[in-house]
Amino acid sequence: MLLLIAGALTVLTVRNLFVATMMLGIVSFLMALIFVSLDAVDVAFTEAAVGAGISTVLYIGTLALVGAQEKPGIKFAAGPLVTCLAVGAVLFYATNQMPPYGNADNPIHTHVAPRYIDVSPIEIGVPNMVTSVLSSYRGYDTFGETTVVFTAAIGVLLILSQLRRRKEDEDEDAEKPARKGLRVSLTGLGSQHDLVPHVVAKLLIPFIFVFALYVQFHGDYGPGGGFQAGVIFAAGFILYALIFGLQYTQKVLSSTVVLYLLAAGVLLYGGVGIAGILLGGNFLDYNVLSENAVSGQHLGILLIEFGVGTTVAAAMLAIFYAFAGRAEPVTKMPDQE
Amino acid sequence: MSVFGFHFAALVVVLPLISAAFSALLRGKNLPWALTTIVSALSFYMSIQLLIEVSANGPLSYEMGSWAPPWGIEYLVDPLSGFMLMIISGVSTGVLLFARESIAKEVPEKQLGMFFSAYLLALAGMLGICITGDAFNIFVFLEIMSLSSYVLIAMGAGNDRRALTAAFQYLIIGSVGATFFLIGVGLLYMMTGTLNIADLASRFSEIEDTRPVRAAVGFLIVGIGIKLALFPFHIWMPNAYTYAPSIVTAFFAGTATKVSVYLFIRFIFTIFGIDFSFGVIQLTDILMPLAVLGFLSMSAVAIFQKNLKRMLAYSSVAQLGYIVLGIALANETGLTASIVHIFNHAIVKTGMFLSVGCMFYVIGSPYLKDLNGIGQRMPITTFGFVLGGIGLIGVPLTPGFISKWYLILAALERGTYVSYALVVAIVFSSLLAVIYIWRVVEVAYFREPPEGSTKTEAPLSMLIPTWIFILGSFYFGIETSINVGFAKAAAAFLYGGQ
Repeated sequence: MLLLIAGALTVLTVRNLFVATMMLGIVSFLMALIFVSLDAVDVAFTEAAVGAGISTVLYIGTLALVGAQEKPGIKFAAGPLVTCLAVGAVLFYATNQMPPYGNADNPIHTHVAPRYIDVSPIEIGVPNMVTSVLSSYRGYDTFGETTVVFTAAIGVLLILSQLRRRKEDEDEDAEKPARKGLRVSLTGLGSQHDLVPHVVAKLLIPFIFVFALYVQFHGDYGPGGGFQAGVIFAAGFILYALIFGLQYTQKVLSSTVVLYLLAAGVLLYGGVGIAGILLGGNFLDYNVLSENAVSGQHLGILLIEFGVGTTVAAAMLAIFYAFAGRAEPVTKMPDQE
Repeated sequence: MSVFGFHFAALVVVLPLISAAFSALLRGKNLPWALTTIVSALSFYMSIQLLIEVSANGPLSYEMGSWAPPWGIEYLVDPLSGFMLMIISGVSTGVLLFARESIAKEVPEKQLGMFFSAYLLALAGMLGICITGDAFNIFVFLEIMSLSSYVLIAMGAGNDRRALTAAFQYLIIGSVGATFFLIGVGLLYMMTGTLNIADLASRFSEIEDTRPVRAAVGFLIVGIGIKLALFPFHIWMPNAYTYAPSIVTAFFAGTATKVSVYLFIRFIFTIFGIDFSFGVIQLTDILMPLAVLGFLSMSAVAIFQKNLKRMLAYSSVAQLGYIVLGIALANETGLTASIVHIFNHAIVKTGMFLSVGCMFYVIGSPYLKDLNGIGQRMPITTFGFVLGGIGLIGVPLTPGFISKWYLILAALERGTYVSYALVVAIVFSSLLAVIYIWRVVEVAYFREPPEGSTKTEAPLSMLIPTWIFILGSFYFGIETSINVGFAKAAAAFLYGGQ
């Protein structure tokens, strides 16, 4: 905990944004450790993969575009500080009467949760209860979250492609050498000379993909599931792009394909839900998917987790492509202009 | 209601969500728009069916995944949420009819697929917030709505780069609001062990005296207040509305903040309960001054705006002041006034923003200085705008009058000296509205159009939807049985449902 606080403070005070990014990664790892100690393994998994992994890469990608030094002379702002302190004070005030941590009589352990623990192995038949709550009891929330990821990716694609369009307009008007200079950045990813990263990456990437698949399909039994698997899968591609260059990665998985995958995941999830209606149940009712309710649950969870994984992986890749390929078309579309 | 009709409760939200994924893949000028319009119209149809069903047979519960609440997520259509569904999908459909020409001019063609995808997500987010009976599910859909609205606002950058700053500002402030909301819901979950709204409400009274619950109430009210653009948390709104594309502004002005008002009502009346909200923590004392300050100061600020869209945005903050005042008055008439004003303001303001959209389409600028003599250059559009303005001021026979009438009744019902002060404040604020609308009239009719300008109207596909809203507002100002009827039913439900 102390390390966490120290890390967060360092992020705030450090002037070099590159260092700040690294510190953020460390903070994320510490958060993951705290989650583990709270027995929230699935959350810890996600935090480690997203917070410490992908976001760090994206931050670095951004830094490569904008430069690593913070603008000097930023004014000290009192307003946000006061707000933060006030929020902290209220939270501290609230902790006073909170039910003691880990006490079995707490409301969260006595009201809704017991049913999940007692009945879910029978109703759903999945050993990992987190998975059964996430993808069946509260499956609709997960559908919503998948859509949030989809929305975020769409947003990044829209805004970044719009910026580039303007940049092209400007370049047509007047060649700006300063702007040209920035373009060196990530488009020149990958180099032919660094042997060690090449070999290591070639060795690692197959394992990453296998691990992603394991996490994807083993989410029923151990910690894991679509979100984490998607992120790990995307991480494999991003590693490849970082080491061997963006253009080779896009040959394997072009931006258009990524866009289709992005939509396909949401459609798969929604489609399973609609199938529930068509087969006579409610939306997202997996019981009716198969003759036996429990195997229907299995099938439903497997499919929707796959949908989640697809969308998450595609979203991560889409965002990465959009950042890394600032000077290249994000979505390869036939030139209409 | 048929078996299939029962599933409308889920489909009304799920259909736009799934179509958003389709829309992102579509190309060209017309396809994404056509898909979005059809989907929105279907949602509108389903909302009407749901509202009719609920008015006849009482609240309708839909269990997602067939898991009974509180274990699973429940969709709950009651008189209030049904009414909100109808407003949101109705405004969305009307705006979309208008959108084809307008948006093609403001957003490049190859981005339209994703633009409409974001639009559908925003629509689904709003509908989802209103229909769900689960507190965490609200947060999920709040995220969908917020993320997509940041994007939609940023799409105005083609006209004015300041749209990006506006969207970023909204993103930061909106995220703070959403985080507060999440903290509040988290604390409530810790104390009750449930996320279902009905279940929360029934367990709330046992734990209302504890500190975590007090903190939760504070976080929820401030968090929703930020999203609602409650004065003084409104800073993000004028910027966002000014620089967003015309149809986005029109859509959000009628719906986005109204969804937060809905959340406000839902939490104050359904979860916290009237006794707690107005008895124990005296929300009236907090909200009423904010509301009054809000509509007085924002109406005054609106007078001095040079940009027509910005002026209307400030006017919207002021209108939200009236709505919050209705809630703060803590009686059934006040709540009726609030709910009816959600409807009336949605229809009037959308109509006005659409007329501004027409002007922007032809003139290419929302600044008053460029609109000299617009009354002669675009007579039909301008006349529509002025009629909308009359509705906004609250002249009798317009919807604005209906809302203010109920608001004044509610204020007088309290019967203290404060209520007379409130009446004066409401009338005074309406006079301020006269001034800012008059400024537009003066520019439009009493200034010479610039040399060489010709008489050009916006295309019919834009004029007709605009006039549907304007004429609709008069219809609902005269024949009030629909809007006032549903609002009364919803208010009675919230007061009687205790």
